[in-house]
Amino acid sequence: MNESLGNEMYTLHINGQDRPVVDAWVGESLLYVLRERLELPGAKGACEQGECGSCTVLMDGDAVCSCLVMAATAVGSDIVTVEGLIEQNPTMAITAQAITSQVTDVQQAFIEEGGVQCGFCTPGLIVAVHHLLDKNPDPTELEVKESISGNICRCTGYGRIFAAVEAVVQVRKANS
Amino acid sequence: MTVAIPLTIREALDALSNTPDARLIQGGTDMMVEINFNHLKPNNMIALRRVQELRTWKKNIDGTVTIGAGVPYQEMETGELKQLIPALAEAARTVGSPQIRAAGTLGGNLGTCSPAGDGLPVLFALDAIVHLESSDASRDLSIHEFMLGVKRNARNSNEIITAVTVPLLDGWQGYAKVGVRNAMVISVASACLAVDTTTQSVRIALGAVGPTIIRCRDAEFWLSGQFDLSSTSGIDTAVAKEFGRRVALESKPIDDHRSTAEYRRHAVGILAQRLITRAYPS
Repeated sequence: MNESLGNEMYTLHINGQDRPVVDAWVGESLLYVLRERLELPGAKGACEQGECGSCTVLMDGDAVCSCLVMAATAVGSDIVTVEGLIEQNPTMAITAQAITSQVTDVQQAFIEEGGVQCGFCTPGLIVAVHHLLDKNPDPTELEVKESISGNICRCTGYGRIFAAVEAVVQVRKANS
Repeated sequence: MTVAIPLTIREALDALSNTPDARLIQGGTDMMVEINFNHLKPNNMIALRRVQELRTWKKNIDGTVTIGAGVPYQEMETGELKQLIPALAEAARTVGSPQIRAAGTLGGNLGTCSPAGDGLPVLFALDAIVHLESSDASRDLSIHEFMLGVKRNARNSNEIITAVTVPLLDGWQGYAKVGVRNAMVISVASACLAVDTTTQSVRIALGAVGPTIIRCRDAEFWLSGQFDLSSTSGIDTAVAKEFGRRVALESKPIDDHRSTAEYRRHAVGILAQRLITRAYPS
């Protein structure tokens, strides 16, 4: 397949579903397409240059900045947004409205430990922390710090976020 | 605007023949910034991230390693590549953030050819070879001939950077960089030092302190006359300091929005002094 895409339709695989993208300019970032075309506003746009991490999504199992992915080049990739992290029922995660009543263990820990203040960085951090803990269930302090070094939070000072990560580690250990 | 998504190098070269004005994109971590800010509005693009051939690396029988242009930095940070080329692993770990390292590639670093590209000083210190392919020919260029200036390289518009080959050296090697903080930072000054015990030589290459990466041949030569590079004892502080001073003399920094020439020259000398001290600790 040597696809050449003009300003026509292409289809992305997001949160387990095929999502057609219609009438889009082919140079749009994945972040823009998620938020403005596919009703998935969980990933946030702040710096649009990969500095802040608030747009973090999973792409083929890697945490990446969706602002730096040209959406049309993500055809064929498996994309998971913060909306799609809900383990119980991933197919519910088509729009933000469908999932407001459900949270993941990481989201719950952020709430309980005070890891959310203004909340703008939170979706990116939630994706980054899921990515870390799903690969490395018992990270060292340095590994936690390094794994969220691409996610900027200007409110919490990170202490409450580290506490939330530690809480998830303990809960998952107790449940395994 | 069109975006081609080839799956093989052959398909990528065909796409380049069909749209000769196309911009090639690897991880996108540089180019998407330009597009997001409307600094670049390409007519046509060829996205190389699904070309599997570019995303592999291999150890060659002649004691070199060939790394595909599409291998992301995160793969160089750990595992066997880290064992084989420690300086590249150290440099890779300083690139942006985990998110950037999952997307960014050596091929992208070479294509962009910024003097602040973190992979480039390593390639200069190790005398890497850059592999280029067009639809009717392929050629190998020394990294020293490949990088021509700030964001300028010797790639012809009909060529794709397919891989780099790096010799495996026997000896300590490392990378150090100065920036405003420890993560997610573009180099203010950087340096890669590699000892080659087989040839009794030391190589040091500097990033972000000149229009290209700079190899400090004078300082390298001076050090090999001052200090037995096969030594297992620590380097004299005075010799390390003088090495740093000589390295700094060979830098050609400028003032810009990230730093001043004066600070960069100072910083790169300190980096050289630290690296040689890490190579020969007392």
